[in-house]
Amino acid sequence: MTITTSRSPAIAAKGLRKAYGDKTVLDGIDLAVPTGTVFSLLGPNGAGKTTAVKILSTLITADAGELHVGGHDLASDPQAVRSAIGVTGQFSAVDGLITGEENMLIMADLHHLSRREGRRTAAALLERFDLVEAAKKPAAAYSGGMRRRLDIAMTLVGEPRIIFLDEPTTGLDPRSRHTMWRIIRELVAGGVTVFLTTQYLEEADELADRIAVLNDGRIAAEGSAEELKRLVPGGHVRLRFTDPATYRSAAVALKEVLLPHAHGVAGAGVSAVTSDEALSLHIPSDGSQRELRSLLDWLDAAGIEADELTVHTPDLDDVFFALTGGSVAPVQATEAVR
Amino acid sequence: MSSLSPAVRDSATMLRRNLLHARRYPSLTLNILLMPIVLLLLFVYIFGDVMSAGIGGGGADRSQYIAYLVPGILLMTIGATPAGTAVSVSMDMTEGIIARFRTMAIHRGSVLIGHVVGSVLQALVSVLLVGAIAVAVGFRSTDATVLEWLAAFGLLALVSTAFTWIGVGIGLASPNAEAASNHALPMVVFPFISSAFVPVEAMPGWFQPIAEYQPFTPAIETLRGLLLGSEIGNNGWLAVVWCLGLATLGYLWSTSLFNRDPS
Repeated sequence: MTITTSRSPAIAAKGLRKAYGDKTVLDGIDLAVPTGTVFSLLGPNGAGKTTAVKILSTLITADAGELHVGGHDLASDPQAVRSAIGVTGQFSAVDGLITGEENMLIMADLHHLSRREGRRTAAALLERFDLVEAAKKPAAAYSGGMRRRLDIAMTLVGEPRIIFLDEPTTGLDPRSRHTMWRIIRELVAGGVTVFLTTQYLEEADELADRIAVLNDGRIAAEGSAEELKRLVPGGHVRLRFTDPATYRSAAVALKEVLLPHAHGVAGAGVSAVTSDEALSLHIPSDGSQRELRSLLDWLDAAGIEADELTVHTPDLDDVFFALTGGSVAPVQATEAVR
Repeated sequence: MSSLSPAVRDSATMLRRNLLHARRYPSLTLNILLMPIVLLLLFVYIFGDVMSAGIGGGGADRSQYIAYLVPGILLMTIGATPAGTAVSVSMDMTEGIIARFRTMAIHRGSVLIGHVVGSVLQALVSVLLVGAIAVAVGFRSTDATVLEWLAAFGLLALVSTAFTWIGVGIGLASPNAEAASNHALPMVVFPFISSAFVPVEAMPGWFQPIAEYQPFTPAIETLRGLLLGSEIGNNGWLAVVWCLGLATLGYLWSTSLFNRDPS
């Protein structure tokens, strides 16, 4: 524990590789998560997120890579790593056959708390996660949200300083999802380092200080939520027309305005002119009030009246399309213009 | 409490977890108990007269066959429990909680030791129940001393430990509960082809080696010797060697399977 200074990263990986047979799951990824921050690994199903968590949490071994968690080497001292971390997996790591309270007390025992301390800790955590009423029921009878809460509560018995959360909100209803987000924020406020995997950009956006997009075993992009969103060409305003003539004149007018400074935004300038048969035009925009107002002013001035105007902010589809699709412009070329 | 080593403490915690499972879901335990009890009653009350006619060159009465039968039934009770262990270990390994245990700084073997100790305790409780029924239907030991009773109980515990470790290995090696149940079948069948129901000498010549050279026969003969005063001969140490060998094998097999990366 003394090895860990506040400056060294809580989680560090260099050249992490893992293959099952001839299928490479992680193809040499580098990660550094500073202590006390939330790091999110974002990616589609099968990208290797869970494998990364399993390796960093000592559940399975890596094929190669220099890996340190909490300042301890994963290969040479997994037990030291284990005493520094807590893990909540994608599939609830609770014992469904016994009650929530019994689950908590077993955790307390495994952390070698005294009987009194164990009971106190279990009761406090059950209270904190709103599980007091359900404490005497078998965990198998819990709803998805309750089970995740019990899962986190069990993880917290040992007061870990580094917590791995593998898709903590997958399959939860919106209300439970927001509860989970609040829980994660509270953990971070307490100085805990969180390593979070998710399929949802929104979730990473809400919670993470830094996000890495994992695709096909490689890090496709890394940065803050803002930085990543700028890489995504999905933010746009869509104008839809019913009259082909109006559409054509609008397209011509737009082309003149947009092309001079739209170069570099992947596909944006082009899509404004060569639009689809639905007679719609896509104009790159971050969806801010200021931009919308200037766009509307310009449309008025140019005498263009669209039948429908919709604002699209970058979403998961856009991120995956831009960073993981391969068919759109490569990431390096998508330099933000604003 | 803090004076206990982490290995003992963690194993005790895991044992508590397994006992909670057994207490809340007793059907598996009861199912396992059912077979030896049914067999005991069947062989005593239905086949009893015919079977006793074949013992001791005829002329023996039913109580003599009960005396012959009960040690075999007791070991069959011990042998049936590890099949249940295999199934419950196999089911347990699919639970998320096992992944959690693997990422905690606990004694690595405690998960398996908890299963083994829990199963052995269950087997011994089962033996006491079946033994009580055996006494109720007329089983009496012939002047066994306290020491011999203790030795008999110790032998049953040893056999149970040995087969339970094999059962844990089968459970870990099986992809699912159904497979575990099938793979554990030999442990249930072995007692049938031992000297549990009829003496080995009464079996066809070609089959005698199969009945002779397997762990249950020396264990059953030793138990008969302890409880009924018959000749133990070298069956005693044969039984102990079998058990120690199986326990070591099962332990090494199970721990190496458990230490593999989970899929």
